[in-house]
Amino acid sequence: MKQAADALRYDEATDIAWTELVAASGWPEAELAELVGYGVIAPRDAAAPTWTFEARTVVVARTAWRLRCDFELDPYGVSVCLGFVERIAALEDEVRRLRAQLG
Amino acid sequence: MKYKDYYAILGVARDAGADDIKTAYRKLARKYHPDVSKEKDAEEKFKELSEAYETLRDPEKRAAYDRLGSHRPGEEFRPPPDWGGEFRQAGGGFDGAGFDDVDLADLFASFTGRRGRARPRADAPMPGSDYEAVVRLTFEQAFAGAEVDLELAVLEWDSDGGVRRVPHRVKARIPRGVTDGEKLRVPNKGGAGVNGGPPGDLYLDIEVAEHPLFRMSGKDLYMDLPLAPWEAVLGTDVDLPTPGGSVRLTVRPGTRAGQQLRLAGRGMARGSGAPGDLYALVRIEVPTVVDDRQRALWRELAQSARFDPRAHLSQESGR
Repeated sequence: MKQAADALRYDEATDIAWTELVAASGWPEAELAELVGYGVIAPRDAAAPTWTFEARTVVVARTAWRLRCDFELDPYGVSVCLGFVERIAALEDEVRRLRAQLG
Repeated sequence: MKYKDYYAILGVARDAGADDIKTAYRKLARKYHPDVSKEKDAEEKFKELSEAYETLRDPEKRAAYDRLGSHRPGEEFRPPPDWGGEFRQAGGGFDGAGFDDVDLADLFASFTGRRGRARPRADAPMPGSDYEAVVRLTFEQAFAGAEVDLELAVLEWDSDGGVRRVPHRVKARIPRGVTDGEKLRVPNKGGAGVNGGPPGDLYLDIEVAEHPLFRMSGKDLYMDLPLAPWEAVLGTDVDLPTPGGSVRLTVRPGTRAGQQLRLAGRGMARGSGAPGDLYALVRIEVPTVVDDRQRALWRELAQSARFDPRAHLSQESGR
C-alpha cells in the first residue's frame, strides 16, 4: 500500500530563501526582483545580504505568475492587479467571518 | 478525437484577425480567470479559453487547426491523412487510428511546427512539473485531518518531446484544522524530474463543505444556540454538540439574544498551536402556538413585569 505524503501548510513552514522562491514561483529571477521592488513581495529584511521570505509568499508569487501569463501583463501590471486580488481575498475573509458570526 | 470549436469558445469568426482574437481572449479571461472570477465553472471555462487562445494566437498552430476543417463541437472526427507532421507523439508520429484516444489540447501542446521548436539540451537536468489539484473535504475531515487519494490526469513529455496524458495517483495526508480556501503543498509529488532534476511539487486548493451546525471563521467556530425565553431568563444547562463531542454548557440567568458564549479550545486545532474557540450564538426562540392556559400565564407575566425593552428608545429620542 502506498504511503501517504504529508501536505504542508504555509503558515507553519519555516521561512524560504530567495532561490527557493524563484524556483517554486516560476518567475525569472530579474522579474521577481522587480516585484519585490514594487513592494508586492516583501523579504523579512530587505537590507539583509540574502533575502528570506515567509513561506506563504510562494502562494502570492505563484498567483502573480498565473496573472502574468494568463493576462499577458508586465511585472508592474501584475503588481497592481495583485494588490486588488489580495484586497478581495481579505474582504472575502471578512465576509466569511461576519457570516459565521451572524448565522 | 473529439472536435472543439476554438473560434466559438472565443466568440470570434473563423477569419478573425490576431488582434480580434487577442481582444476576445482578454475580455473573457477577465471574466473567467479563477483568481478574480466568482462565476460558476470559472475554472473550467478559463481552461477552455486558454486552450483555444494558445492555439489560435500562434499562426502555425492556427493553420494546422484550420486544416482540420469545421465540425460540430464534441463530434468525433479524424484529421486528413496528411495532417499531423508538426506534432510529436509518444511512440512516434500518428498513423491510422493514432488519433482515437488523443485530446485536441494535448495534441496542440506537443506542436513543434515545421521548423521544430527550441528544446533544452537532451542531457540537461530539468525539474519536474508542479501539479495543482482541488481537494474537497467534509467539515469533519477538515476538523480532524484526513488521508485523501488523488487521481490526476497529467501531461507527460517523453524524451522525443512527444506528449501524452497519464494518470498520476497521490495519497496525501491533510493536516487537521485546514480551512476553506487554504492552500497546501505536498513536496516532491509533482512530475518526475528529467536527467536527475528534482521532482515537482503538488499544490492543493482546499474546499470545505458547509456544515449544518458549525460555521468556520479561521480556526474559530460558530454555532447557533436557540433558547426558550424562560431558559434565557432563568438560566439552564444545555447538552451542546461540538465537533469534538458533546459538552454540557451552563447558560446563566439573564442571557440575552446575540450573546456569544465561548467554549475555549473547542474550535479547529492547527498543528502545535493553541486550538481555536467555539462560540455558541444565543437566539431566543418563542413558541408560535400557545394554548389558553399558557396565554393567560404570559398575560399575567406581562402585567406583573416592570421590564421595558424599549426604554432606551424614548431616552435617546428625548435628547
